Amino acid sequence: MKNILLLLCAIVTLPAFSSESVNIYSYRQAYLIEPVVERFTKDTGIKVNVLFAKKGLAERLQREGKHTKADLVLTTDISRLMELTDRKLTQGLDNKVINSNIPAHLRDPDNQWFALTTRVRNVYASKERIGKIDIRYEDLADEKFRGKICTRSGKHPYTIALVSSMISHHGLESAKTWLEGVKANLARKPQGNDRAQVKAINEGLCDVSLGNSYYFGKMLSDKKQKTWADSVHILFPNQKDRGAHINVSGMALTKHAPNKAAAIKLMEYLSSDSAQQIYAEVNMEYPVKSSVKQAPLVASWGQFKSDQLAMDKIATNRQQAIKLIDEVKFDL
Amino acid sequence: MYQNLSRKWLVVCWLIALVLVSPIAALVWQSFADDQAIFSHLWQTVLPDYILNSILVTFGVIVLTSLIGIPCAWIVAMYDFPMRKTFIWLLLLPLAIPSYVVAYVYTDLLECAGPIQSLMRGFLGIESGVGGCLYEIRSIGSAILILSLVLFPYTYLLARAAFMEQSASLIKSARVMGCNSWQSFYRVSLPLARPAIVIGITLVAMETLADFAVVKYFAVSTLTTAVYDTWLGYGDLTAAARISSLMLVFIFILIAIEKLGHQKRKYYQKSTGQSNDARKQLSGREALIVLSFLILVFTASFLFPFLTLAKYAIEYFEQSWNNQFLEYSFNSLFVAILVSLICLFIGLLLAYFKRLSVAKSSAIPGKLSSTGYALPGTVLAIGVLVPLTLLDYKINDIFEYFELPAPGLIFSGSLFAIVFAYVVRFSAISVGAIESSLTKVSPSIDMVSATMGISPLKRMFKIHLPLVKKGLLAATTLVFIESMKELPAALLLRPFGFETLATHVYQFVSDEQLELAALSAIVIVFVGLIPVILLNRFLEQGR
Repeated sequence: MKNILLLLCAIVTLPAFSSESVNIYSYRQAYLIEPVVERFTKDTGIKVNVLFAKKGLAERLQREGKHTKADLVLTTDISRLMELTDRKLTQGLDNKVINSNIPAHLRDPDNQWFALTTRVRNVYASKERIGKIDIRYEDLADEKFRGKICTRSGKHPYTIALVSSMISHHGLESAKTWLEGVKANLARKPQGNDRAQVKAINEGLCDVSLGNSYYFGKMLSDKKQKTWADSVHILFPNQKDRGAHINVSGMALTKHAPNKAAAIKLMEYLSSDSAQQIYAEVNMEYPVKSSVKQAPLVASWGQFKSDQLAMDKIATNRQQAIKLIDEVKFDL
Repeated sequence: MYQNLSRKWLVVCWLIALVLVSPIAALVWQSFADDQAIFSHLWQTVLPDYILNSILVTFGVIVLTSLIGIPCAWIVAMYDFPMRKTFIWLLLLPLAIPSYVVAYVYTDLLECAGPIQSLMRGFLGIESGVGGCLYEIRSIGSAILILSLVLFPYTYLLARAAFMEQSASLIKSARVMGCNSWQSFYRVSLPLARPAIVIGITLVAMETLADFAVVKYFAVSTLTTAVYDTWLGYGDLTAAARISSLMLVFIFILIAIEKLGHQKRKYYQKSTGQSNDARKQLSGREALIVLSFLILVFTASFLFPFLTLAKYAIEYFEQSWNNQFLEYSFNSLFVAILVSLICLFIGLLLAYFKRLSVAKSSAIPGKLSSTGYALPGTVLAIGVLVPLTLLDYKINDIFEYFELPAPGLIFSGSLFAIVFAYVVRFSAISVGAIESSLTKVSPSIDMVSATMGISPLKRMFKIHLPLVKKGLLAATTLVFIESMKELPAALLLRPFGFETLATHVYQFVSDEQLELAALSAIVIVFVGLIPVILLNRFLEQGR
């Protein structure tokens, strides 16, 4: 019996003995990570396997428990990072290199997760019909925008995070009034992605929309979408008070990471100048490492003041935010 | 027809059914846990709207797919006209295009900001701008239309097989007795084809209920939306499982209603099939009308989306070409072939068990193993993880007991998980299609062979299989194509380093970047098409 099991064991674990590698569960599309990862493999010889899915990776990680093959999880917003931490699927990592690269307010106090880039939830406004104005998220509920706002689904993590930050700043009741106001101002039922809203502005269906900043850069570099982007200004909201709402993409080391040493090397690399530079230039995001320059295009949109609300606050109010969105039937 | 089967049949069939239903059972079990009042919150806010939307979409798709599928099947089975043989397989092609691709293509074309509406506004002199939207493409109506365009081949394929397997003498008798075309269709062919059509409609309904991509794209919130919201938004699998269970109830009600309708009636026929001389030659004008209808259906459901894809693929060729296409295709093919063979085997076994067993409960294994089809893919994938990880942990415990190094996740961490999930999801197709084929075979055949002392297994291979081989082939092809396109389970359950064509496409589609996904989508269509064409060669043999 023992011999048979030993043989089975050898067959099953055989591939694991090949060269060093890191396995990533990623909420972010594999093709967006590729440029960074390729560089890392070239420099270190460590192979990186990326498994992308938008849903359910946390469940899979939890069910796999101590036998998981995943070392690292990459996410595109703070709530997913906190979900991993709350479910106790991550482990803390007190690493000098990473700590010096990533400012304290952009990582977990217990070092369970680390932000890699920040992205701002900005307003896109029609050049023709709105122009460069000072705008606050609060204004979106104002009657002057009746029938003029386009946005993606209320259930999208980016929208939820924004609503959650409104709850943190104004309390549940005011946030609800605000959300009802925004809903009343919508030009159409929430639909499509952030780019689709800019496209709609270009077509004149609405005047303002909400979107993440890097999409602006991506649209400008796409032959078809450039016209859309050319029709809008990118506006950073709430510059005269608390600053624009930001979210992060980030990473976390899994609790049972089988290739921990290699994974830490990768994490160090992801926070380094070289990787942050690629993130900044290829994906048009804001690097977390302050010494890394923004891409020239991104820098040309101007500097902005960002909301200093602690990241974990946004995740804490998440449930409340979704309940609000359901209550006002935002998507219906 | 009935007899006491040996114990082995009983044990094997029930065992298969229980294994296949285990992921769903895990979800139902989960639904009884405490959900912190999220379900009741949903119930008080959005759930009634979601349920209504689900019913509307499902009902609409059932009606529309029947209106497209059944006439198409009837036309090609009963009439002769130019290009008939070509249309027989052209009408199957829509199966090969993933539904989200069709949705994307049409939205791009027809939305407020799209070229058609812009053109119409210019033509009508309407100001673009606020209120300038002539119609809203992202709506329930569009969701119904797109889902119907993609799903009608199910009804078409099953109904056509049924019409073609119908005895020519019956139609001739009907004609002799003075029935016109419509009457022979309505009074003879349709009742005979009913089991097959019902199976087709049930599959369509289940697929519609489980759809997430299309309804999400059209901003229609359904029960599937609720499942994902509760699970991903509220982080609560229990409430999600509860809503999934609600969907299962929905399906059982559908099936029960249908059962009530034709409980007592049973039709059998001698399986000589439609011979050429019975097919009525259409006159020039009739042929023109029929052809226009078929061309319209084919263009809307396949040609236009496909050409749009081709255009994108050419424009974005450099950005989307990938050296690993061959590997992805091989992976997709491998899984799809494996799954269709397993489903064929399971379908045969369960459908025969139902036919041959004397026990009243003999229909249950087939029904049980069909439930997986109505669940949204990702939820099913989570359900699959539950029993598989449990099993893996038990295995690892045994290894630890013998003080051996743990083998890790043999089942849940390997290809086994994907194959298992697909089989759970798609055995509904093979069980349904094979059952419907078998219902047409007269029980007297069974009785005769039983009196001659032929064993059930031998009877299955020697007598029934040749009679229903077309149904089997149709079933296997449907499973194959579905497996080629399947996305959510593959996405979540695949092992590291394993990409299929569908998972590769999804990276881009998930960001609404169809242009970059077009090339790989075309590869899916082509790899999925080959069996469709082969199937038809076979169906048409000797015709």
